[in-house]
Amino acid sequence: MVDFPILTYTIFIPLIGAAVVMFLPKERLNAVRWTSLFFSFVPMLLTFWITWDYFFNFSGTADFYYTEGPVSWIAPINVYYHLGVDGISVPMLFLTGLLSFLSILSSFNIVNRVKEYFVFFLLLEAGMLGVFCALDFFLFYVFWEVMLVPMYFLIGVWGGPRKEYAAIKFFLYTLFGSIFMLVAILILYFGSEPSTLSIPELINSAPTFLTHGMQLLCFAFFFVGFAIKVPVWPFHTWLPDAHVEAPTAVSVILAGVLLKMGTYGMLRISWPMFPDAVKFFSIPIAILGLIAIIYGALVSMAQKDLKKLVAYSSVSHMGYCMLALGAFTSVTAITGCMFQMISHGLITGALFLLVGVLYDRAHTREIAAFGGIGAKLPVYTGLMVLFSMASLGLPGMSGFVSEFMVFVGSFTSGIVWFKLITALAVLGVVLTAGYMLRMVQRVFLGEFNTAKWGGLTEINAREVITVAPLAVLTIAIGFFPAPLSNMMKATIENLVQLIAR
Amino acid sequence: MPNYNLSLIIPEVFLFLWALFIFSYDLGTKRKNADSIGYLSMLGLGITAILLAYYHGGITFKNMFTSDSLALFFKIIFLGAAFMAIGSSFGLASQKIKNHRGEYYGLILISTVGTMFLASANELISLYIALELVTIPLFVLAAYYKDDKASVESGLKYMIVGAFSSAILLYGISILYGLTGTTDITLMKLHLSIVFLSYGKIGPALLIAMMMVIAGIGFKLALAPFHMWAPDVYQGAPTPITAYLSVGSKAAGVIAFARIMAGGLFAFADDVMKPLDWGMIVAIMAAAAMIIGNITALMQSNIKRMLAYSSIAQIGYLMIGMLTVTEIGMASVAFYMFIYLFANMGAFAVATIYSDKTGSDNISGYASLSKSSPLLAAAMAIFLLSLAGIPPLAGFAAKYMVFAAGVQAGYTWLVILGLLTAVVSLYYYANVIKVMYFTPHAEVGEKLHPPVAAGIVLAVGVAGIIFFGVFPNSILKFAFGTAKVFGFF
Repeated sequence: MVDFPILTYTIFIPLIGAAVVMFLPKERLNAVRWTSLFFSFVPMLLTFWITWDYFFNFSGTADFYYTEGPVSWIAPINVYYHLGVDGISVPMLFLTGLLSFLSILSSFNIVNRVKEYFVFFLLLEAGMLGVFCALDFFLFYVFWEVMLVPMYFLIGVWGGPRKEYAAIKFFLYTLFGSIFMLVAILILYFGSEPSTLSIPELINSAPTFLTHGMQLLCFAFFFVGFAIKVPVWPFHTWLPDAHVEAPTAVSVILAGVLLKMGTYGMLRISWPMFPDAVKFFSIPIAILGLIAIIYGALVSMAQKDLKKLVAYSSVSHMGYCMLALGAFTSVTAITGCMFQMISHGLITGALFLLVGVLYDRAHTREIAAFGGIGAKLPVYTGLMVLFSMASLGLPGMSGFVSEFMVFVGSFTSGIVWFKLITALAVLGVVLTAGYMLRMVQRVFLGEFNTAKWGGLTEINAREVITVAPLAVLTIAIGFFPAPLSNMMKATIENLVQLIAR
Repeated sequence: MPNYNLSLIIPEVFLFLWALFIFSYDLGTKRKNADSIGYLSMLGLGITAILLAYYHGGITFKNMFTSDSLALFFKIIFLGAAFMAIGSSFGLASQKIKNHRGEYYGLILISTVGTMFLASANELISLYIALELVTIPLFVLAAYYKDDKASVESGLKYMIVGAFSSAILLYGISILYGLTGTTDITLMKLHLSIVFLSYGKIGPALLIAMMMVIAGIGFKLALAPFHMWAPDVYQGAPTPITAYLSVGSKAAGVIAFARIMAGGLFAFADDVMKPLDWGMIVAIMAAAAMIIGNITALMQSNIKRMLAYSSIAQIGYLMIGMLTVTEIGMASVAFYMFIYLFANMGAFAVATIYSDKTGSDNISGYASLSKSSPLLAAAMAIFLLSLAGIPPLAGFAAKYMVFAAGVQAGYTWLVILGLLTAVVSLYYYANVIKVMYFTPHAEVGEKLHPPVAAGIVLAVGVAGIIFFGVFPNSILKFAFGTAKVFGFF
């Protein structure tokens, strides 16, 4: 199957889809919708196939597979078209393919400028898929930035009341982060001999040609770029605005995929490429993670808006990833980080979808406005409670597995301070339970206001279809984490060795 | 009798004759020629480009006219700038300057002849004369709305500043002549090297000459701190002329700077021979340009003024490549200018179309443009995002090259500053997009129907930006070829 450039197809089919949708007549809404759905369905199947094939054939090794290239792209500056995936990018591809499809499905209720919406969405999908496959810095950077424009439009045109502010804030923040990344890329390019932009080659050679100081500097530059995307406290302030103002499907993509790019970038690039710097910064990184966990949870607790609550819970949950990344010596911790990325993508994606479902009907997201909805909307409530439980880490669901692995890994990582940091971080679980249960109680339990909410209708079939796969996966990973961890095991072990250099 | 290879100047001579033909055609048709005169001017530029493809490569009139790959590259830019400026002028030509079309188009062509001679000038006197030939028609063109105070002010300001800066440049040239006894740039470099190697230093006269040249050309480039005139002139001039000023006339300044400073005085920017390094001076000017241009652009509500300040900043970015005087650096200068041509001419073309219809240059007027004229709004968004340097548009590749050159040459601080100001610039570029797309607007304005020629300009601009953004290979190789002209690699 090497001859079939499957990754290229995966990335460029949404792009072709965007072009096709652009030429559809804008009055024919259903044609636009179904065409877009089709063009996100095909890449989803391709990512599923890649996951399947990778799992059965390649999961024991740490190399890149389905590689394409390097094919010379911009010869004078040594830029190559070079794609490939390994154990940490395959699950991300899977998640991206799935969430993009579900988000497009959930966007069928968009009525304003439908055609443009789907064009931007498909462009966004192409960019996201590209980031997880790119093995050349220039290509990586291009994909990384390409997403910003559609995202800017998606928030700015179809967003909530403060959309203009949220859109530009998102755009400026992320661009600000990536420029530092660009400087670091250029330093690496001119430092290497012969000059190269290949990520795998630089992973091998960067620790040898960079001085200690330069390593720290490049690491810091990359870190700013990635940390803003994650977002790591204190770079998180764009996130609540973007999440709250964005339309539902865009929030799903933001939480489910975009945030993961930050942590993915760290694992793919910063950590193996600058091992000395990782050792140097590991405790501060873990502390940033700890702050995010506690701070995010506390702020969630204070939220009156359902969507904001979920948004801040993302800050908290991504904090676990940072804690795990700080504990770089432990395979368990890094595996936990990957699990947390996937599990957070599934759970928070579903939560945003469900909040969107309620908002479409009630036109408010204020927690205090609801009460006793459970009696009226049993299916909806069931799903919402399920994902709330998953989010707070109930055993049997993916959230528990990932958090447990993160804690075990960071506690046993062999660095003394980590025992204390982990101990404090565990508090985050309690706080998460606090705000999630309180939310469930105030929205779904208690007295039902018939006069106000008597007209609410139950979640419809299309909406159930959008969250059902996420529910299945959340529970499946909760009960059988082994397949997923086996798939990533070899890659992560190799990664930990690279960091230990 | 020296052997003059006159075939090398055929394109320039042809374009000059064509300009005369345009003047007389206008008279011959008693100024009742509708759009045909504009198309004829564009045709002339096209024929010149074809002639250029046949007649290039060589030296004639001793070193005064050097038709090398650098000259060819910039001539393509100049022809493109003139083509796009004329193409976007049809709307205003049929309204405001109905009775003076011939002179308008003809003067643009004459100015273009000047730029073409300038691109080939490798000798200070011919360079100076060519530079004057570029700017003098532009004084007239800037003041072309003779009933409009702002336009007349613009022309007058431009003339005063232009004359002043030419004088400074000429003074610098005279000192260089005094130091070396020649006006030939190659010989000048040789003489200075000999003097430097014999005596170990050249003395303050060279520093003064350099400052004069940098200041003189800095005015033409609107490089900070010599940028004060630009916003007023740009705002008052007819919009296509503003576009031509910001691309064609700037490219002229860039090539003049490259020929004199990078070509002639380069040896003194090197580590081995470093009596008077002009790199740092230009670095500070570039930094100032990027900061002042981008910060001030934030506060503009007039699209022409905003683009004027943005072009001040853009030249700052370009100068990062220039001051490194490396292979990547010089290649990036040529490449940046080429990409800038598409993006900036395109953005001005949209502004022209809009103001032809509404008579307004206010950014707030662009509200709901995405609903009334979706293609126009999309084109504008692409031009602005390219100016901001967002991949995969060509503006990113151009910025990448310039910054790569900066990092390679050790100007990392300047690159970081450049990138930070690029983030700032995104704010005002995105602001226009915000107004066009996000701002809710009660009434959807009338759909704008740009003239065919302006449509061609927009299509060329968008196609160029997307194509050269994704496949910059060919043009980048060409740009690297032009860098060889400086002959230090």
